[in-house]
Amino acid sequence: MAAAEVARQVRAGAGGEGCRTVPLSGHVGFDSLPDQLVNKSVNHGFCFNILCVGETGLGKSTLMDTLFNTKFEGDPASHSQPGVQLKSSTYDLQESNVNLKLTIVSTVGFGDQINKEDSYKPIVEFIDAQFEAYLQEELKIKRVLHNYHDTRIHACLYFIAPTGHSLKSLDLVTMKKLDSKVNIIPIIAKSDAISKSELTKFKIKITSELVSNGVQIYQFPTDDESVAEINGTMNAHLPFAVIGSTEELKIGNKMMKARQYPWGTVQVENEAHCDFVKLREMLIRVNMEDLREQTHTRHYELYRRCKLEEMGFKDTDPDSKPFSLQETYEAKRNEFLGELQKKEEAMRQMFVQRVKEKEAELKEAEKELHEKFDRLKKLHQDEKKKLEDKKKSLDDEVNAFKQRKTAAELLQSQAQQAGGSQTLKRDKERKK
Amino acid sequence: MSELVPEPRQKPVVPMKPVGINTSLLGYIGIDTIIEQMRKKTMKTGFDFNIMVVGQSGLGKSTLVNTLFKSQVSRKSSGWNREEKIPKTVEIKAIGHVIEEGGVKMKLTVIDTPGFGDQINNENCWEPIEKYINEQYEKFLKEEVNIARKKRIPDTRVHCCLYFISPTGHSLRPLDLEFMKHLSKVVNIIPVIAKADTMTLEEKTEFKQRVRKELEVNGIEFYPQKEFDEDLEDKTENDKIRQESMPFAVVGSDKEYQVNGKRVLGRKTPWGIIEVENLNHCEFALLRDFVIRTHLQDLKEVTHNIHYETYRAKRLNDNGGLPPMTVETEENHESNL
Repeated sequence: MAAAEVARQVRAGAGGEGCRTVPLSGHVGFDSLPDQLVNKSVNHGFCFNILCVGETGLGKSTLMDTLFNTKFEGDPASHSQPGVQLKSSTYDLQESNVNLKLTIVSTVGFGDQINKEDSYKPIVEFIDAQFEAYLQEELKIKRVLHNYHDTRIHACLYFIAPTGHSLKSLDLVTMKKLDSKVNIIPIIAKSDAISKSELTKFKIKITSELVSNGVQIYQFPTDDESVAEINGTMNAHLPFAVIGSTEELKIGNKMMKARQYPWGTVQVENEAHCDFVKLREMLIRVNMEDLREQTHTRHYELYRRCKLEEMGFKDTDPDSKPFSLQETYEAKRNEFLGELQKKEEAMRQMFVQRVKEKEAELKEAEKELHEKFDRLKKLHQDEKKKLEDKKKSLDDEVNAFKQRKTAAELLQSQAQQAGGSQTLKRDKERKK
Repeated sequence: MSELVPEPRQKPVVPMKPVGINTSLLGYIGIDTIIEQMRKKTMKTGFDFNIMVVGQSGLGKSTLVNTLFKSQVSRKSSGWNREEKIPKTVEIKAIGHVIEEGGVKMKLTVIDTPGFGDQINNENCWEPIEKYINEQYEKFLKEEVNIARKKRIPDTRVHCCLYFISPTGHSLRPLDLEFMKHLSKVVNIIPVIAKADTMTLEEKTEFKQRVRKELEVNGIEFYPQKEFDEDLEDKTENDKIRQESMPFAVVGSDKEYQVNGKRVLGRKTPWGIIEVENLNHCEFALLRDFVIRTHLQDLKEVTHNIHYETYRAKRLNDNGGLPPMTVETEENHESNL
């Protein structure tokens, strides 16, 4: 067989750095690549998952309805929930040729309990569960990642109650727990309850509290020139003060979403009235893709890293030689197999021992039985002998009795004869 | 890499500053702007493409690759000496380039295989190639399985393999069949009839038919594979390509000549100039459009979603868990278990 050996020679050029840039002398046509990619993605469909965290009655469902221009079903939740639960619903939206699978997850009963210590836990567990599901799928041997329905939360809208003072401690605690797991966008709900001047003070207070407590909220990316400017200005307007409404009212000669009060009408899409338009711009029109990417590259990777490290895998061993997952896995597997074998051995030993014990017991029992049998037999024999003796003696007595009887009879008969002869004799004598 | 500022081809559709409220905004949510967002992102990150050319010496592989990408990207141009002897064994040489067009940056890697099919005894000469391809999958798998992963795993997997068929006019050689049989399961193979200017039109059609028949009889699935057609639209489109055009009969050239007042790439012969991009002369334009303009992304996706996943599943299954280190590569200094 011809030895077709490999003399592989990967030039430094293929490594990445050191690649030469070559000029093109004509139109090749790969500038259609982004289009090809986009077409494929459009055919595949997009998915986006929003988590709404906030106390009951702050207008979460209404805001979602307003944002996405549809009426999502659901009745308003009651205030008497025993614990915090999460309710998720998935919708398929379509606009021009884009299919969006939108999942909205809402907290039910948040902030209603008397003891709110554990309120954040169900939320954190839910987010972790989504990451876990994705991680499991990724670790499978036969996996279908490109058709996987991604349920990881891409954006978390945190609804702040419009008190006008500062953040509640529940808010701070919850946001602190969530900031490393999901992109948090804080918004001030029902902001038609606050006047303009109070609003500016409120926003400043909130941002300073968040900063001083080290809560990392989502910053709109400013590295891409085309959106840097707008994102930069928006970052300064956080948290957004929003109003939601699904009622349409005729204002001027147009139908608009608004809320009507005796003293005036609040228009949802009027920038002077509230920041709803800004939120919609930022959330959907400018940064949706970035939110998804951040979730995947930052939050998910962090979760994955922690989870795998927890399971005992490391990237470098104590000598800081690069340690691969495979080796650790293999080592762990061997360890586990070894343990299994030891257990098996131990079980086997125990089994053998038990068998021995049982055998000994059985032997004992057998011996006893034998002994008993012998004893009984002996007893039986003794009794038999006794009986025979008795019988013999009885027989002897009977014989003796018989003899005496015959002897007695003989005597009697002799006596009779003699008596008879006697009587004869006497008779004779009389006669004489 | 030089600092290339991508010039935006067009301003994004999203209005920069929200203008006063109009009814037109009420019904429109803006979900379709995600397309634009995605496009911007991908243009920023750039693309990787790795193409491998396999065929006997002298079939015009390097020239064709230069013609495809309209620049000197082949091994020849990166310091190859024409006097260089044909290697005694099959070598694998990968050369990377960065090309840019219309704001789209592409890192193109051309993998050449000098020495393939050139020895007297060509048994198993596809093995080094198969090994190389599997090594790239292995590299990717290792990166993917790391605890602390890189943001963007460098993709060195072979996305497309152009297999050059010698234009004998008869049928496929046993070497061709063997190679394609082995490799069609691990990589996307696009068979190409090289130096097609040696065949007349009838010879060409007959040859192509024979080649197609032989490939079918031997069960060789070349790209686009029938089993991966996702919907009817794809199927009809791909069927047309499979039944009529493939394998593409191409002519390559990197020299320009003046024809009818235009400068075209071509080959000058005593009896005329063969224009490379003229569809009447050869099918180069079809190949170029197919590989670059319409199916490039699909090539990458099939490689990632199907070939790579098959490799990964096999690898993980074989060792009942995770693979032990038997592959020794330059970058990793791990000890074998």
